[in-house]
Amino acid sequence: MGNHSDGSPNHSGTVATAGQNEVEKFQDPGIPPHRLRLADTDPKAAKRAERQVALLFGTSVVGTLIFLVAYFAIDLGDDSTIATIRLQNALLGIGTAFAMLGIGTGIVHWAKALMPDHEVSEERHAIRTEDDRQAAVRIVDDIVEETGIKRRPLIRNTLLGAVALAPLPALAVFGDLGPRPDDALAHTMWAPQDGKLKRLTRDPDGTPIKAADVTIGSAFHVIPEGLNELNEGKLNEKAKSVVLLMRLNPEELHPSPGRADWAYNGIVAYSKICTHVGCPVALYEQQTHHLLCPCHQSTFDLTQECKVIFGPASRPLPQLPIAVDAEGYLVATSDFHEPVGPSYWEREQHERNINA
Amino acid sequence: MKALSQKRRHPLAAIALLLMGLLVTGGLYAVATTVNQAKATTTFSANDAEEGGKLFESNCATCHGMGASGTQDGPSLVGVGAAAVDFQVGTGRMPMQMNGPQAPKKPVQFNDEQTHQLAAYVASLGPGPSIPEANVLDGQGDAAKGGELFRVNCAMCHNAAAAGGALTRGKFAPALSGVSSKHIYEAMVTGPQNMPVFNDANLSPEGKRDIITFLKQIEANGSPGGADLGSLGPVSEGLFVWIAGLGVIIAFTIWLTSRTS
Repeated sequence: MGNHSDGSPNHSGTVATAGQNEVEKFQDPGIPPHRLRLADTDPKAAKRAERQVALLFGTSVVGTLIFLVAYFAIDLGDDSTIATIRLQNALLGIGTAFAMLGIGTGIVHWAKALMPDHEVSEERHAIRTEDDRQAAVRIVDDIVEETGIKRRPLIRNTLLGAVALAPLPALAVFGDLGPRPDDALAHTMWAPQDGKLKRLTRDPDGTPIKAADVTIGSAFHVIPEGLNELNEGKLNEKAKSVVLLMRLNPEELHPSPGRADWAYNGIVAYSKICTHVGCPVALYEQQTHHLLCPCHQSTFDLTQECKVIFGPASRPLPQLPIAVDAEGYLVATSDFHEPVGPSYWEREQHERNINA
Repeated sequence: MKALSQKRRHPLAAIALLLMGLLVTGGLYAVATTVNQAKATTTFSANDAEEGGKLFESNCATCHGMGASGTQDGPSLVGVGAAAVDFQVGTGRMPMQMNGPQAPKKPVQFNDEQTHQLAAYVASLGPGPSIPEANVLDGQGDAAKGGELFRVNCAMCHNAAAAGGALTRGKFAPALSGVSSKHIYEAMVTGPQNMPVFNDANLSPEGKRDIITFLKQIEANGSPGGADLGSLGPVSEGLFVWIAGLGVIIAFTIWLTSRTS
């Protein structure tokens, strides 16, 4: 070995460069010698493989029979129980699985163990010559020449115009896909109707809630009065207007200026639609006063007007201003003061319009 | 009758009538608005409360204070009612073993009689929800209605298949299979730990009975689609498909490309 301490390059002399020429003359190793399978040499093994394939096909037959028996023999009459349905489901599934897998595995095993397995090598096709390409270019040129598109600009230009205009009817058709949502996202059923404030009612039966019913620590799932009576668009309206109603000690709420009269004796109502992507936020912890969204773990603090304290949500949950009517039932004094739910394109503009 | 008709012109008759009317109205109103009040129907003897008081002082007073008035380490138990004690002690959650995000279920530390005595003592401190009657626990309600109520009020924390779920900072909503009807009812009425309270004005006793019926029915019927993999949704099911499903596909591709001997 060379002396490393003087910094000189180390030439041991064993790293020869002469081998490069030999690499260019790399020998084609060819196909490895054919190895015979057990079934090729031993008739007993071949017989065994044959039986195995037959057995696999037989499994498929049994699977089909199981399916047919399960379908026709198991009675799903009026007096059948869920256990019967489950039994039939399981047998249909097992039957189909064996019927398909039996055929598939049988064919593969047949091919692998018994069919001839001699290797075949195919030569590559010769690479196409330049002449072929030239011929193709000539064909295209001929077409252009024969159509005379270069000589007749009137035809060319009218064709271009026609093709450019043809998609326009599609735009008109897209316009018929549905009414534009406009600011439907910014309004909910909570808005007072004909001067009558909407009562807060229980989900699902729609009975009104008295303030006295909401004891400390309670959580009520609330829908607006009249939602159950809607004939169409009920789910769309429900998706925007669901509210969670909770009662805390009034000292624990810290309302910001202007929001002091949105709560009633510690009873607060917040939109249940997460401001992240709109999952229902309804996991209420009555000791910590946290609201948790089950989809992405956004956490809202009820004592800070549902400020986001964890997770991907970007805005607090909208609060519904509530009061009590003459009969002691909880009512919404107005709609939400901002669009509920996740962000959308015109949201800020809609929020400005609401508060204008 | 004669005496009445003679005295009806008495100067005090109007006052007496007014008083009677007020008393009847007030009494009826009190009866009508007891939906949130205790229904002291479970019978506790004075001896139960006395024995319970002794048990309380030796086992619970460290945290909940003498007379259950609460300390820094534990809340006051005045007015929580017998149902809260029966739930917390009957499921082993109390006495608490160690501080943590929440008190989990563990082997019970008091026998039925001692639990009964503790409940009697706490119930004697102030009115609160009582131990539910057997007629709301029979599981003979409307399971379909119960399922609807469960999905609206309970499923977001306890999972649509009642398999439980995670909450914030180490807390969790437990699975509900294997929980007795009585304890389910008591949990709804009292709102243990971070669970909200579902008083009788929110979910009527009939609604609670329906929910219990639904829970017992899905528990008895099991999973209609085969193995439920914990009913935890895409996490456990995805894990199963990635490991078992892809594993089978990989095994098949290896078999397809291998040589037979």
